Amino acid sequence: MTARNPLPGYAALFIAIAALPLLGVYPIFVMKVLCYALFACAFNLLIGYTGLLSFGHAAFLGTAAYVAGHALKVWGLPAPLGVLLGAACAGAMGLLFGLLAIKRAGIYFSMITLALSQMLFFVFLQASFTGGEDGLQSVPRGSLLGLDLTQDLTLFYVVLGIFIAAFWLIYRTVHSPFGQVLTSIRENEPRAISLGYDVDRFKLVAFVLSATLAGLAGATKTLVLGFATLTDAIWTTSGLVILMTLVGGMGTMIGPMVGALIIIALENKIGDLGQALANLTGIAWFNGLGESVSLVTGLIFIVCVLAFRRGVVGEAWALWEKLRAPRAS
Amino acid sequence: MTDFFGIPLPALLGQLLLGLVNGSFYAMLSLGLAVIFGMLNIINFAHGALYMMGAFLAWMGLEYLGINYWAMLLLAPLVVGALGIVIERALLQWLYKLDHIYGLLLTFGITLVTEGIFRSFYGVSGQQYAVPEALQGATNLGFMILPNYRAWVVVASITVCIAVWALIEKTSLGATLRAGTENAKLVQAFGINVPRMITLTYAGGVALAAFAGVLAAPILQVSALMGSNLIIVVFAVVVIGGMGSILGSILTGLGLGVIEGLTKVFYPEASNTVVFVVMAIVLLVRPAGLFGKEK
Repeated sequence: MTARNPLPGYAALFIAIAALPLLGVYPIFVMKVLCYALFACAFNLLIGYTGLLSFGHAAFLGTAAYVAGHALKVWGLPAPLGVLLGAACAGAMGLLFGLLAIKRAGIYFSMITLALSQMLFFVFLQASFTGGEDGLQSVPRGSLLGLDLTQDLTLFYVVLGIFIAAFWLIYRTVHSPFGQVLTSIRENEPRAISLGYDVDRFKLVAFVLSATLAGLAGATKTLVLGFATLTDAIWTTSGLVILMTLVGGMGTMIGPMVGALIIIALENKIGDLGQALANLTGIAWFNGLGESVSLVTGLIFIVCVLAFRRGVVGEAWALWEKLRAPRAS
Repeated sequence: MTDFFGIPLPALLGQLLLGLVNGSFYAMLSLGLAVIFGMLNIINFAHGALYMMGAFLAWMGLEYLGINYWAMLLLAPLVVGALGIVIERALLQWLYKLDHIYGLLLTFGITLVTEGIFRSFYGVSGQQYAVPEALQGATNLGFMILPNYRAWVVVASITVCIAVWALIEKTSLGATLRAGTENAKLVQAFGINVPRMITLTYAGGVALAAFAGVLAAPILQVSALMGSNLIIVVFAVVVIGGMGSILGSILTGLGLGVIEGLTKVFYPEASNTVVFVVMAIVLLVRPAGLFGKEK
């Protein structure tokens, strides 16, 4: 088995990410990926480590995006306060959702979270503070402890710092006794109950934590991109974060990051890909591929569920173990 | 003019009827979801997309081939049912031994693909579908003007729902189906081809969704996204009603449609959210759902 300490590996990964803008990678792109990676890591805390499939996580991303946007733009709060307020509101929303959804297990849990997030979507659509169909535009970035966040590179290191802090929190949670109980709920819930654990309370805490971190991702995203729109709160975004986690590898620390990178890069490049295919095959229909991203993401969903349930990182890990095993024995 | 809490009676009855129409769609879709879940242990997210496909097939039949409404009312469910057989044999059958969530995710993927295909050809704007001639116009009942087509939708849906209920509860085929839901292995041991029964259950369930889609085509705009908005509401309906009872699904669907219609009259801002609010209340009071059994 693997008792090796993964922390040096994570440290190397983050140093590599920190060096990306110096190598000429567009910082906004990396920041966007980091925000979605955090979103997916937060989601993974539920699906990967507790076995709960939330189909409404866009609600938390959207709540925090709107609250942070409103706090920064209308109230003029400093950037860190706005982001924290957004995350806190998402956590409060998570508490409300969790109290209702945890009353039912399994597939009902997913349907309830989806329905509640749809309800919130309609509230955002009609409320005045969200700007309706237009959303909140040109949200100012402000500054943090004297650092000017309007500089992309400065903001990049702040976002990376936020991500590392959240990643560390998730890592600690998963590897704590609390995290072990969560895993036992995933593996065998009746047994966890019979051992005397108040399973619903554990699920609720995990849900609120996951919602808060998803909110942190949403608030940070508003800070980076400067806008919050209904896209953040719509149910397809909940589907997107599921896809990222599934593609990357559920129940792995790195998987959701890899998945977020793959899906965001795909979304950015899919128009070009469609055009290349159209030129290659001569079928004009491919030119419209950029307009129907959902077609491609849907296909990836189907392939992943049927043949690739462990995701990129999970499969790579399994392959690595397989290669090592004969030598070890 | 008679008033009812300050609302003119005809307006109230008109919204009530519209609520019943929506409720019919909820009833037919949640019925199909419940039957499929019973046999396959899969929540069919694609139900909304296949409903949309039913509506589109009706529109395409008239637009390209000149096939009229009545023929499509029969043909569209058959085509979608056949597609359902393909989906079940090619994709779903590999998931029965896995966690429920994979079924939901796979059918979610099917939804995205189906919607993506229709979007790439027709965009997101709606297509108009004319009400068939025989059902155009309205009947004056004295106290309200009853649009004939809406009345037909309600009558047809309720008839179909009751027929499905009778099929499942009152026939020997239905008895086999119910037995299969309870204990598939035992039913198989009695010499019944359970895999085939599962395939046909799925086909029947999605055919019902397509039937609802054809009924909806003349009332709602036929568009690629018409199914996904509906399916989320239907999920809430299923949570409210519980999936244990056929009659329960039908009644919950119709009832919530009526509640939604009434909300449109008295507090229109909440008409989009009222079903979800009801769901939250039911979860607090009766977590297993109105007709569900606590496990």
